[in-house]
Amino acid sequence: MRKLLFQSLFRPPLTEQAPLPDDTAVTELATAVGRAARRHLGRSLSIREVDAGSCNGCELEIHALNNAYYDIERFGLKFVASPRHADVLMVTGPVTKNMRDALERTYHATPNPKWVVAVGDCARDGGCFAGSYAVAGGVSQVVPVDLHIPGCPPSPTMVLQGLLALLDRAAPNATSA
Amino acid sequence: MPSLIDLMLEGRSVQQHSPWPRVAVDASVWTFAASELAQGRWSLLGLWGELSTVHMAIMDGHTAEIATVSLDCPDHSYPSVGKHHPPALRLERAIFDLFGLSAEGSTDSRPWLDHNNWGVRFPLGDRIDALSQSSPYRFLPAEGDSLHQIAVGPVHAGIIEPGHFRFTASGETVVRLEERLGYTHKGIEGLMIGASVERAAQLAGRVSGDSTVAYAFAFSRAAEAALQLVVPDRAIWLRALLAEFERLANHLGDIGAICNDASFALMQAHCGVLRESVLRASNAAFGHRLMRDIVVPGGVTHDLNGDGTAIIRAALANIRRRFPALVELYDNTASLQDRTVDTGVLKPTLARQYAAGGYVGRASGRSFDARRTLAYPPYDSLHFEVPVLTEGDVNARVWIRVREVEQSLSLIDQILDRLPEGSIGTRVAHRPEPREGMAIVEGFRGDVLIWLRLQDGRVERCHLRDPSWFQWPLLEAAIEGNIVADFPLCNKSFNCSYSGQDL
Repeated sequence: MRKLLFQSLFRPPLTEQAPLPDDTAVTELATAVGRAARRHLGRSLSIREVDAGSCNGCELEIHALNNAYYDIERFGLKFVASPRHADVLMVTGPVTKNMRDALERTYHATPNPKWVVAVGDCARDGGCFAGSYAVAGGVSQVVPVDLHIPGCPPSPTMVLQGLLALLDRAAPNATSA
Repeated sequence: MPSLIDLMLEGRSVQQHSPWPRVAVDASVWTFAASELAQGRWSLLGLWGELSTVHMAIMDGHTAEIATVSLDCPDHSYPSVGKHHPPALRLERAIFDLFGLSAEGSTDSRPWLDHNNWGVRFPLGDRIDALSQSSPYRFLPAEGDSLHQIAVGPVHAGIIEPGHFRFTASGETVVRLEERLGYTHKGIEGLMIGASVERAAQLAGRVSGDSTVAYAFAFSRAAEAALQLVVPDRAIWLRALLAEFERLANHLGDIGAICNDASFALMQAHCGVLRESVLRASNAAFGHRLMRDIVVPGGVTHDLNGDGTAIIRAALANIRRRFPALVELYDNTASLQDRTVDTGVLKPTLARQYAAGGYVGRASGRSFDARRTLAYPPYDSLHFEVPVLTEGDVNARVWIRVREVEQSLSLIDQILDRLPEGSIGTRVAHRPEPREGMAIVEGFRGDVLIWLRLQDGRVERCHLRDPSWFQWPLLEAAIEGNIVADFPLCNKSFNCSYSGQDL
């Protein structure tokens, strides 16, 4: 373990290596997210992720935001365990009828001011699951949505981009609240 | 001892079902099959319904023979299999919720997928109005002095799927865990009915996002079996490449995540980097990080990009350079071993009874791996080992994954070395008459079974059985006697799919 930790001290951070063009994009984006987040919300924006019926593809990519390449916590953006601690609800999936109640309750358990980000194609309108007897529809059918990030699933870069857009839009609300 | 073949002779064989036979049987043969399952002579592979028929897929573990028996139930009931063979219980509850066919004599008639939110009952059978008021779900009792209950979910603390866990604990120790699932039920089998084969393939790839390749692979193989399609060699080999890449990414992620649930974040950080390297290589080589919608009936939609081979080889070399140090770290960290060794033990008898697939089965002595036992192409001409352990604890499930990472690396090398030239797909010619097909494909989590009936380019009925159906109930058994705080660790070591079983 010491050897691994020691190596990590000397190895350049993975985020700064740019062997592929999208790594450059991540770095640019990361800087931008960092600036906007700090300007509007200090150093803290807490995200509560809610799977309202997704296939778990979106969860995989949201998880990836925590890996060393994206390292979302650099910007003070972090995932929290309770809606009570959250500023943002990040909701995935078509909302299934069996999850509708749980999603509503999670929304009401989140203190104001709060934003809802719907992630993935099915979170917009049910996507390929729309029309099923078991699906209520997109997230906005159940709780008010501030931003939608498309993709099946969206890549971590796209999710970061979406958060940036949210920070820009949420600014007036955040200062007035 | 009767063989599956004998059972087949008892019934009326259904034409145009491939590759394994399906026979219509009467109630006595059905019950006989259930009792043979209970005796442990055969394994239950699947149990699913139709408007007024139930089907049961069975495997003879010794000969790897597979057969499906079907029972007509015009009066909407059939003799319960679960009464004899508990692994069938949840499947029977799901059949009742979706089709209204009741399992006569079942020991558990509570709803499973139906939480009385759909506005309709028996959505795939003869629909009736929903109950005006739902009665509270009765959890199984646990009796004793100073027991307390802990209710968890459906919304969990982490970035994971929704489900409800009801713990009954005595102090720190779990006396009983009962799962209640169905929250992510999207009605996929309902959406399949009448869908075009193309749309159905897309839906199949969205049953469980982490197994999108395995599901698309299984669906395509089932459709091709039904339509008697011959897939070009290059497509067959590319499918295996995609499947192994998916396994690699998931296992690397899991190994890190299990250690993280034992509060050893260093492994998570390093395994996360390796996982990301696989996803980036997938994106560069195939145009999608999770390789979604690439396997389709007839072949694959995407060939390796120009420098795809080089990118994949570079990713493999990187993993080979870094992974051994992580394995050593796992093995040599006493505080981590203290959490994983002897934790969440699944007994081999239970793994065998439930025909548990994947690392859950293989860590508890069940050697089944569809790639080896059923040897579908191209695995029949590839060299690999199927690691098996008997300890059945969290540690064993980690080690199975470690060994399978190594096997997948070797398989990908072999595939790249021998990748045939040629076309990557064939046109799907539809048939006007109904034709049925079945396929079993080894996903990273275990064997995915898909059965379907096609007619004129449309799906009449498609059933998708996730390996989790036979793993979730075992988690309840494995956690017993462990402390509540070890539940996340045990749960992650099983890593069952919620969406895959909820459908």
